[in-house]
Amino acid sequence: MMRAKPEPVQVVKLRRDSALKALVNGVPYIQFLGVEFDRRGDELTAVMPFADTLIGNPFLPALHGGAIAAFLEVTAIIELAWTGLWEAMEAGRLDPTTLHPTHLPRLPKTIDFTVDYLRTGLPRDAYARARVNRSGRRYASVQVEAWQDNRARLFAQATGHFLMPEKDV
Amino acid sequence: MTDAKAKLAQHFAAAIPHAMALGMRMDKIGTGAAELSMGYDERFIGDPATGVIHGGAVFALMDTCCGAAVISHPGGGAGTATIDLRMDYMRPATPGQRIRARAECYHMTRAVAFVRATAMDDDEGRLVATATGTFTVERADGKEAAE
Repeated sequence: MMRAKPEPVQVVKLRRDSALKALVNGVPYIQFLGVEFDRRGDELTAVMPFADTLIGNPFLPALHGGAIAAFLEVTAIIELAWTGLWEAMEAGRLDPTTLHPTHLPRLPKTIDFTVDYLRTGLPRDAYARARVNRSGRRYASVQVEAWQDNRARLFAQATGHFLMPEKDV
Repeated sequence: MTDAKAKLAQHFAAAIPHAMALGMRMDKIGTGAAELSMGYDERFIGDPATGVIHGGAVFALMDTCCGAAVISHPGGGAGTATIDLRMDYMRPATPGQRIRARAECYHMTRAVAFVRATAMDDDEGRLVATATGTFTVERADGKEAAE
């Protein structure tokens, strides 16, 4: 028996990128913050380009702690939702062309979220990556790291627990 | 409220660009205590299926409110920054309703302020979220307080 010919790389990339785009564009608050997601395979990096509206202390100036927390929480939620979406998509259980802001998988709900502010957030772009440390049927535990100019010098980190949506995809 | 406090309340959110962007309003400033609120806005939605505001926006409100409580404390310095803040989200805030946060700085050392806060919507009997955190105490001379 012949093995099925692998799909062209552009087709695979387009499918994955459009699924991610649909997920991210479906959340108004992510647009409000201006947060974008870079994808390398299944790995996501969240980017929050600097904007004046993110400032909390205009004298330093420094990013607002609330903007930093929101950036990290957005990163954690999208990482969790993306992990589920990726599995469903790769297993062929989900057709990403059906994804639309009005038709998206239900998002996890935050139970608690703790942010550790390690350094002042500078008026520059910020980056973050989340790691799902445990993802059960109902609960998930996620850790997030954020940095600016230097990957090794985190300016904030967070850990949170999430209630997973009922599986319907 | 004294004149100075009334003036602070009036200008507080306007002096913080991110608080401005989220439409925050200072409703009350006491002694080591503050109340801030934020109106419902479709741009702040975190769950498109329900229209519920994103936890991050509530976090920003709570963080700002805690910071205001620290600044209003008689032992507080010229400024403050969040060291850490934990939020517990008890229930989704009802779409369309204003979210009100109340923070209290319940202990302060030379260098650290300890704060707790609650958030509610129109249903005052059921809290939307609680927060606990620690904040820096920055002295007027620009130096951090000595240990």
